[in-house]
Amino acid sequence: MDDASKGYWSATLGLLGKILVVWFLVSFGAGILFAEQLNGIKLGGYPLGFWFAHQGSMYIFIALIFYYAKAMGDIDRRFDVHED
Amino acid sequence: MDLQTTIYLFVGASFALYIGIAIWARAGSTSEFYAAGGSVPPVMNGMATAADWMSAASFISMAGLIANMGYGGGLFLMGWTGGYVLLAMLLAPYLRKFGKFTVPQFIGDRFYSQHASTVAVVCLLTASLTYIIGQMTGVGVAFSRFLGVSSDMGIYIGMAIVFAYAVFGGMKGITYTQVAQYCVLIAAYIIPAIFISLQLTGNPIPQLGLGSTMSGSDISLLAKLDQVVVDLGFGKYTTTTAGSTLNMFVYTMSLMIGTAGLPHVIMRFFTVPSVAAARSSAGWALVFIAALYTTAPAVAAMAKLNLHSTVNTAVMKGGDLFAAESSIKAEGRPDWMKRWEKTGLLKFEDKNGDGRIQYYNDKTKNADVKAKADAAGWKGNELTVNADIIVLANPEIALLPNWVIALVAAGGLAAALSTAAGLLMAISAAVSHDLVKGVFNPDISEKNELLAGKISMAVAIVVAGYLGLNPPGFAAGTVALAFGIAASSLFPAIMMGIFSKKMNKEGAMAGMLAGLFVTLFYVFAHKGIFFIKGTDFLPLIGGANSFFGITPEAFGAVGALVNFIVAFAVDKVTKEPPEHIQHMVEAVRIPRGSKLVDGAH
Repeated sequence: MDDASKGYWSATLGLLGKILVVWFLVSFGAGILFAEQLNGIKLGGYPLGFWFAHQGSMYIFIALIFYYAKAMGDIDRRFDVHED
Repeated sequence: MDLQTTIYLFVGASFALYIGIAIWARAGSTSEFYAAGGSVPPVMNGMATAADWMSAASFISMAGLIANMGYGGGLFLMGWTGGYVLLAMLLAPYLRKFGKFTVPQFIGDRFYSQHASTVAVVCLLTASLTYIIGQMTGVGVAFSRFLGVSSDMGIYIGMAIVFAYAVFGGMKGITYTQVAQYCVLIAAYIIPAIFISLQLTGNPIPQLGLGSTMSGSDISLLAKLDQVVVDLGFGKYTTTTAGSTLNMFVYTMSLMIGTAGLPHVIMRFFTVPSVAAARSSAGWALVFIAALYTTAPAVAAMAKLNLHSTVNTAVMKGGDLFAAESSIKAEGRPDWMKRWEKTGLLKFEDKNGDGRIQYYNDKTKNADVKAKADAAGWKGNELTVNADIIVLANPEIALLPNWVIALVAAGGLAAALSTAAGLLMAISAAVSHDLVKGVFNPDISEKNELLAGKISMAVAIVVAGYLGLNPPGFAAGTVALAFGIAASSLFPAIMMGIFSKKMNKEGAMAGMLAGLFVTLFYVFAHKGIFFIKGTDFLPLIGGANSFFGITPEAFGAVGALVNFIVAFAVDKVTKEPPEHIQHMVEAVRIPRGSKLVDGAH
């Protein structure tokens, strides 16, 4: 494996790592493990922990995928491996 | 126009639309049959994926489950959507770059072993077949409820419709029909939700309505619901978890991994034109799925509140829930209750003989509620409500016009048919491409392979129909099994194939088999060997949910973990994969050089 493709793969894994951390924090973190504590905070009529489990994590999942698609496109071009 | 005629009209029009699309989108090549020619734009593929994914269960049952479970029901919402993040980043773009038609083909090529491919075919067929039994029964139930035909008749009609567009159109026909089905089902889900949210909160957007205050008061809808259900002895809506926190955690994880590993969903990403399109298409799929999944919790909470306020007038007016005149008189109950009582989904039994309906939790541990109920002369809960009522009767509970009820009927049928078609596609591709072409007759011509594909599709429809008509006694447990298999065998194998260049065939196969075995062992211990009654062996594993209180439905994530551990352990002591395989993995990782999916070996 040459240096360029090593760099490309580690940039990819770095991006995946960052996104998976957010993915884990909003669903398993805010939606499950810390839901009880967060319920003390109100978002309109929603207790916050409940909101993450029933609404918020889904919106953030969508944002994560589009961010991923865009950031991956940038990485592809930076390492010149994008599709024509 | 009466209700039944309106329903026939809506359902008939939607069927005519699907068949029209089928005639327009006939498949002329194997590429069109398996992958819609690799030419579906990402947004449209996202829509088709959403319809493929959202089954009769999502449409009809999910909101009711959430209504019963409260906060804990969030595990379905997070589990069935969070998997798309994994799918988008870990699997879809790389499988698209690989450029073949099926999941077993990837596993067979990557692990340079026909055996690995065969193991994958077995996993795929088991997962898809168990999943489709549930769909076919769902089709039957939907037809019988909405069209007033028998459930068996419903399955025959469903088979005929799916046959028309799946056999001739293959993936191409299925994709474009699913786009239409998505539009029908989402309209059917959201329109009643808008009405009901407006009525209760004055806010037309259900996702916002759920977090708003009740019309004409300053108490929030969720606080009101919490108060009512707690007063009636149920668990607090916004905090009741599904079992322990650990169980909810593992269950959510299992659904996420299982979602990402379900072959009929993965296959959809072979139909887009490029790697970049595969990435964004997963995002679009989730947008279209979330449109329903974020509405569902609003429908759940609002319909639950409506139901309580229908049978107990003190819910909305305030005052004593336990006062004699608060419970409505049985004679005066609304017509929709009488209608659904006929289907058995709603049952009323006057246990204390006072001619009124008392709906509360008679098994409550809350001594205060028990004392009040006893003092009021209540002799037990008198209303049994099937979870499906929440969606099915939602428009009637909210007194919406007939055309909305008819639309819900067409939507439920669209949801059931689109998922069944997607599963049938995955099954027939595995049979004709991975077994017939891959194992038995590698030299088959394209024309004959296309014919084999169509024949196996037809056979799959007949088999699925037969299983739907004669559901083996285990139908209820099967969807959990499909997720368990996908999570414990397919997902880890594909992921390691991409992310570990050194993973060899011995490791992958040992991992798949170990993950599958552990998961099946735990499920069968609870539900019987192959779900045969009386063959469960709970004492052997030390009682129900003995593994840290985890339920068998939630066990897939543990199976996946076993798969990873065994695979890496075996990989360490066996020899590296050959050089050309490692180069192949490097090539799969970069988008450049992607070509149309052609399936050539």
